[in-house]
Parts: sequence; structure tokens; C-alpha cells
Amino acid sequence: MPDTYLDKGTSLWQDAMRRFVRNRLAIFSCAFLAALVVLAVLAPLFAPYSYAEQDLALGAAGPSVRHWLGTDILGRDLFTRILYGGRVSLMVGLCATAVALLIGVTYGAVSGYAGGRLDTVMMRFVDGMFAFPFTIFVIILMVFFERSLLLLFTAIGCVEWLTLARIVRGQVRSLRRQEFIEAAICLGLPRRRIIFRHVIPNVLGPVIVYATLTIPAVMLLEAFLSFLGLGVQPPMSSWGLLIKEGAEAMEAYPWLLIFPGMALSATLFCLNFVGDGLRDALDPKAAKD
Amino acid sequence: MPILSAVNLRTHFHTRHGVVRAVDGVSLSVEQNEIVGIVGESGCGKTVLCQSIMGLIPVPPAHVSYDKMSLDGEPLHTADERAMRAIRGNHMTMIFQDPMTALNPYMRISDQIAEPLRIHRGTRRADALPKALDALKAVGIPQPESRIRQYPHEFSGGMRQRVCIAMALITEPKLLFADEPTTALDVTVQAQILALLKELQARYGVAIVFVTHDFGVVAGLCDRVMVMYAGKVVESAPTAALFARPEHPYTEALLRALPARAARGQGLRTIAGQPPDLARQIDGCAFAPRCEYATPECTSVEMKLSACGSGHTTACLRMQKGEIGELGNRGAE
Repeated sequence: MPDTYLDKGTSLWQDAMRRFVRNRLAIFSCAFLAALVVLAVLAPLFAPYSYAEQDLALGAAGPSVRHWLGTDILGRDLFTRILYGGRVSLMVGLCATAVALLIGVTYGAVSGYAGGRLDTVMMRFVDGMFAFPFTIFVIILMVFFERSLLLLFTAIGCVEWLTLARIVRGQVRSLRRQEFIEAAICLGLPRRRIIFRHVIPNVLGPVIVYATLTIPAVMLLEAFLSFLGLGVQPPMSSWGLLIKEGAEAMEAYPWLLIFPGMALSATLFCLNFVGDGLRDALDPKAAKD
Repeated sequence: MPILSAVNLRTHFHTRHGVVRAVDGVSLSVEQNEIVGIVGESGCGKTVLCQSIMGLIPVPPAHVSYDKMSLDGEPLHTADERAMRAIRGNHMTMIFQDPMTALNPYMRISDQIAEPLRIHRGTRRADALPKALDALKAVGIPQPESRIRQYPHEFSGGMRQRVCIAMALITEPKLLFADEPTTALDVTVQAQILALLKELQARYGVAIVFVTHDFGVVAGLCDRVMVMYAGKVVESAPTAALFARPEHPYTEALLRALPARAARGQGLRTIAGQPPDLARQIDGCAFAPRCEYATPECTSVEMKLSACGSGHTTACLRMQKGEIGELGNRGAE
């Protein structure tokens, strides 16, 4: 045993991975999300109908053999629309979080590492951005530029990075006092290399956890924007939009609200479970075994 | 020609409570192949002295000044960050007190040891890794071929300090600052690390500045010792001379406090009082309030180092005047 143990080092990431795999709820959530992503990505293959295909004669009908989750007022297949809506919702969730990660981690790391006056200025800017009313910001963006998914990612990413920057900055502040950072300075490493090779990998744990919790927040934001009519435009759909339409027809055709709502909440649940699992797995205080 | 020559180095911190004179007019000269010990109690400025020479003290809020500073004949501008970066880890480097936190937990040992080579010599990763392996062998890590692929948390404290030493010496620097590198290790490992440092010093000819508060370590390792108190050097001497015949009451008191020198049946001896607050202006000798030989003159006349033997200097006014007889060998009475 000792020999195989010595053969190749186990990184802290691999240790965390082992702990994560043992968490059944988190693994189940991962599997569910993976299945959902595959379904959404391959929606054109799986979907029994086109998302814009109408059957006005049928109108809103409950779940049946032909339409598993029923149809909406225009006779469009709800299952198909949920699949396509999932594409948008998941993409917004992932891309906006990626944008937020990229900006937030870099900004926070630079600010925390630099310290002093630069840190103060950078953080006051973040405080200022926090005070800025987000909805108005997005409305302004949507009015001035053409409505597009790309803009939606950017708008949401622009808001979500603020918290990330604060988290990363705090972590980096405490990390900076560690001797291995001092050692890196003593070895004459350039500042950029220290930040990207030594500082950022060491703050990724809490960042990943926060990111998995940001994805559901972003998806809710998208739902909220679509609900206001600022997000995705029909006939495209997203879960937020479907829920909005469902809510309008709630009393007569409850399935229009129930099914998209279930899709969104199941996804949010799973993401939260994954986040919790990751936090437990990456907790530095967890015993290594 | 000395490898390192620093003349009249001052590091002052401007704080809300006033100017803290952490290092106040220290001159340090280290020859090739020499191991110089810097001894003193916590807060006497040992570490700040090393950090100032390495250019690691942020300026401002600190203020670092010196009359002359050179490394291997080249003038050293500690304020020039870009120039210092090319020197640090290349020509002079440092190892730390706590090996448990001195390595990046997310990087393989191989990459960490190779990093200075890649930065300073532009060596490609594939070429640097065999050299890292050699360095790991040189510091006596068993099974280096498999160990090098591991991560720091898979190493014990002593092993990690060996890795730090390998990392520091891979560029074959001229000068190594060792800031209490054995304080966090247990005694047997401590002896191994000291032996290793001595061996590597002989092999590579690197000069070492060894910061410690342990006279036992000094006796076994160092060629020359500087005793610091309140930011100033109070005595400097070849190791044997310092132990045989201390020429400063502070050194005497430190030596007398060594547990090995305590007489059976008696309590351990200590130095009464506290080190001075460095934010206050100190007139005369900083040690005077705790010194059993002090006279009123000691607190008024400015302290100056002067020779009192071959390579032996003391800052004690009364020793310089010959008013006190021989110190040091009364501890065991």
C-alpha cells in the first residue's frame, strides 16, 4: 500500500473530490443536472414538437399521451417549451456566472493583494456599484442596445461579480500574510505570477462553492427579468417566461404554472445540494483521511 | 570582499504611536562561506533587519535608509522593486520559521522547487524538473523520485523545511537568510536541519545569515555572532570568543539564562524587566534600565560600537572604559 500511496501525490483537490463523491445527495443532484443539461442541449433531438409549433384548434389542454405535459393557450407543446426554455435558463445561469467569476475573482484578487490605497479605491467602487439599482441598470441597457441574450449575460454578470469580488478580496487579504506568499516574493516571482499561480488557486474553494450558489440566483434573476418582459422574447422561451405565462393562466390551466415551476425549483434544489456538498468537501478543516 | 555589506541600516515605521525604530543603525558584513548568527529576543529587529536587506519591507509606511549596501560588490537598491525582484531568489534568498505554511498547498513539490529556475533562468519546465529532483536529493529526502510528485501536506514539518531549503538553493544564491528555520521543529529534526545547512553551506559556498534566539544553535553552527537589542547591535564577535568572554552585560545575561548553565537545585535565571518600547526615544544605552552594571552615565551617553578584541566589538560604555572586569563565567557559581 505505501508504495502505491507514494507513487503519485494526492492533491487537496483530489482529496476533496473523494469526500464529494461520498455525498450521495450531491452526486444524485449532479446526475440530475447532467441529465437536464443533456436534454436541454439536445432539445431538437428529444423534443416531440417545434417550440413555436401552434395547434390553435387544440388550445390549452391538460397532460395527455400526445402532449405529456399538456399544451399552452396557443396549443404549443409544454414539454418541448420547457426543454427549450431550459436551454436559455441554464445557459444564462452558466454564462453569467462565468462572467461574474472572471471579473470578480480577478478584481478581488488584485484588490486584496495590492492592499493600501488601490484596495480602498477598488472596494469603494464595488460599494458604489452595490448601491446602483440593478433593475434600472438593465432597463437602460435593454433600451439603449438591442435586446439579446449576450446582453443579458453581461448585465447579470456585471451585478453578480460584486459579491464575488468582496469574498475573494477578503480571502486574499488573509492569504497574503501566509508565509508561502512571502516565500514567493522572496523567490523574486513577478506579482502577476504570484496572484495567478499562488493566490487564486488557494481561494478557489470558497469561490467554487459561491459560484454554484450564484447559478440559481442568476437563473432566478433571469426569470425575474423575463417576468418583467425584459429578458427573453417570445416565441423563444425560458423558464422564467413560462412561469410568467403560467401564472397569468393559473386558475384555468394550472399545469402551465406547475410544470415549469417544478423544472426550475428542481434545478435550484440540485444546484444548492451540489453547493453544499462542495462546501463540505472543500472545507479545509475537514479531516483528511 | 564581503558578499554582503550593509552600513548604518535604519528601518523606521511611522505609526500613530510615533516612529518605531525597529532597526536603528545596524551594520552587517558577511564574508563568503561565512555563517553569521543574529541573536536577540523577540522584537529586537532581527527579522526586520533581514527583510529590509531583502527589500521586503513596504515603503511607505516604513522608511528604510542606509549609507551603503552591496551584494557581492554590486550596489543594492532595496527600494527598486524591479531590480530587487531579479536579485531575490536568484542571488539572495530566504527560508522561514514555519515550514508548515511556507509552501503553496495546491502546487506539487516539483513545480515549487523548479519555480525559481523558471523565473530567473528562463528554464523550461521539462529541463527544470530534473534539476528539482537533484535539489531534492541534495537535501536528503528519501525516495525523491516519487516524493517530488507529491503535495506539501504529504510531507512532515522537517521534510517541508528541507523542501524550502532545496527551493532556496536551487539557483545557487550567494546569500541565504535563515529566519529561525528550526524554531517550529522538534529538537531531533532541528539538529538534522542544522547539519544539512552546514553541509550545503560547505558544498555550495553560500553565505548564511542565521537569525535565532537559541544560543545552542549559534554555538553549533555560526562562525560569528551579532547580538541585537532594541534595534541595535550591542555586541559582535567570533562565536568562540563570544561564549568564552562576552563583552556586553546583555550577552552575559543571555548566556547566564541558558538552562544548561543553571546550577542544580537553583531556579533558572532570567533577565528582569521588559525590552523597551521602540516607539519612544531612547537616550543612551537601551539595555541600561535592566543592566546590573548601569550608571547614570549609561542613560545619557549615546551607544557606539567599538573594538575590544580581535573581531570583537561591544556597545557597552563601561566595558569600553574598562570599568567592569571580566564577564560571563560567573553563571555556574
